[in-house]
Amino acid sequence: MGVAVTNTFAAAAGALDVTLQKRSGESQSDGQGFSLDVRFLLSPGLTVLFGASGAGKTTILDCIAGLQKPDSGRVAVGATSLFASSMRIDVPTRERHVGYLFQTLALFPHMTGRQNIEYGLASLTSDERARRVTEVAESFAIAQVLERRPSQASGGERQRIALARALVTRPRALLLDEPMTALDAVTKSKIIDDLRRWMVAHAIPVLYVTHDREEVFALGDRLLVLEAGRVVADGTPHEVMGRPQYESVAQLAGFENILDCEVVAPHPEQGTMTCKVTGSENTLEAPLTRLAAGTSVRLGIRAGDILVSAVQPVGLSARNVMPGRIKTINRRDVTVIAKVDCGIQLEVHLTPGASEALALEAGKPIWLVVKTYSCHVLQR
Amino acid sequence: MILQAMFLTLRLAAVVSAILLAVALPLGYWLASSRWRGRFLVEALVALPIVLPPTVLGFYVLTAVGPMSPIGRWYHSVTGASLAFTFRGLVIGSVLYSLPFAVQPAAAAFAAVDRKLLDASATLGASGWRTFRHVVLPLSLPGVLTGFVLSFAHTLGEFGVVLMIGGNIPGATQTVSILIYDQVQALNYAVANQTAFLLLTLCFVLLAVLYGLRRKGGWGLWGWR
Repeated sequence: MGVAVTNTFAAAAGALDVTLQKRSGESQSDGQGFSLDVRFLLSPGLTVLFGASGAGKTTILDCIAGLQKPDSGRVAVGATSLFASSMRIDVPTRERHVGYLFQTLALFPHMTGRQNIEYGLASLTSDERARRVTEVAESFAIAQVLERRPSQASGGERQRIALARALVTRPRALLLDEPMTALDAVTKSKIIDDLRRWMVAHAIPVLYVTHDREEVFALGDRLLVLEAGRVVADGTPHEVMGRPQYESVAQLAGFENILDCEVVAPHPEQGTMTCKVTGSENTLEAPLTRLAAGTSVRLGIRAGDILVSAVQPVGLSARNVMPGRIKTINRRDVTVIAKVDCGIQLEVHLTPGASEALALEAGKPIWLVVKTYSCHVLQR
Repeated sequence: MILQAMFLTLRLAAVVSAILLAVALPLGYWLASSRWRGRFLVEALVALPIVLPPTVLGFYVLTAVGPMSPIGRWYHSVTGASLAFTFRGLVIGSVLYSLPFAVQPAAAAFAAVDRKLLDASATLGASGWRTFRHVVLPLSLPGVLTGFVLSFAHTLGEFGVVLMIGGNIPGATQTVSILIYDQVQALNYAVANQTAFLLLTLCFVLLAVLYGLRRKGGWGLWGWR
């Protein structure tokens, strides 16, 4: 058990300062003992908390919101302490002003969208309430569903109502517990766009919990990786991916090759865009996005998606064919891992059989083939 | 005669179910949300009238409120009257006897409300009372209504406890079920038949309305179900 340490940076305006230790007899899923020991400081902006289920993500959110009590630690927003075991401070949930969007949304089923959103505004005059509701309904494009019950709204609309309900109270911080799991990518990205726009006007720390790695890249200004109750990595998604020493980071990475690029030329007629890899002369053809030329973009390529050829291949549909040289080649279990230099460094995974058939060894010149659709655009 | 007994019975049922509604809301909510280790003892106590012979319950209540008991003496010193063999005595016995029918459906409904809704309410700044009033209670209304109707119907048909505590005083303690018994004893089958049929019809209509309301939609009473 650690002693609560006061963070000297905690006074930073509106920052969410969290230090938590919590032991629980039984874990939700596997029945094993579980201990949480984390410490982080979130400045206003969006931080993604990534971890497998059972890593303690929800417990952290619950402790911040006051729905669960940590054994020791401190939770503060700016200079306001919400919980401090050393000073016996434990502000009840209803007085914490921390917005919480649950995985199940927890909309009140017997109330209309408007009544749901107004619920947290009981202390305001009815004029002020109406004004706030109108404002937030506009921000999240839900004016047309305000008079419907949640059961009569679509999944995306319910999501927006729940988000509006949490934000209309002007919380000090916002916690989101895997809120978008059930939504398709397009709906999801539109809602995230609206949330980001809202955050420009209201600078509060937002902690977004997910176990979906696509979301990590789409969202994260900052990424915290949680593994067995501890934060094992903290940084921008790119920094964290660069150090995949932990299992969950490696799993999160999924893309062994992550390349910072710049869009050089979109080709709408071909459905591709040419991207130049930063710090090299190499270009890659990636699937077309709405990004304009000159925008920076991050591409992820799975090592197992890269084809190796001993001779220059011809007549392929793949748009990316690059000559290179094997730098190192090692076998790990049933995977052969080759590091290839083709102007950029790429990691390639092959089966031992394929490696043997091509007689691959360090120093050997080869050709790499990457399909356009194997280049995943990771950041907007 | 029938009308007098019927009126008395309805009055008793109305008073008892109203009192039980007031008791069932806090007690049911406490049973649904308490984490006290001894809660099961209270649950067993509440369920007791279901299995106990009415005569046993009636006997204890009679003893408790009788003129020799502390309660009876205190009541006599305050009001100058006795509780035994009076309408008020009947109310006390009936409240105890119908307690589980009001409390159990309410407690079950409270417990069935998604805990996340309570958490959401708290994060939105609502007090415990506001959460109960605006979230728990509206969502538990079918269960609370069930408790109310069941305790009403159960009190209508009660016999043993009434006989033990109230005796058989027309206009004061003679309920419909006692009247039927009385008429059968007197071989007055026609009156017994009419009274029995009246009670049967009344109870059936009450339960039909209740279960109709409990359906999804419930004649538009709760649109969210």
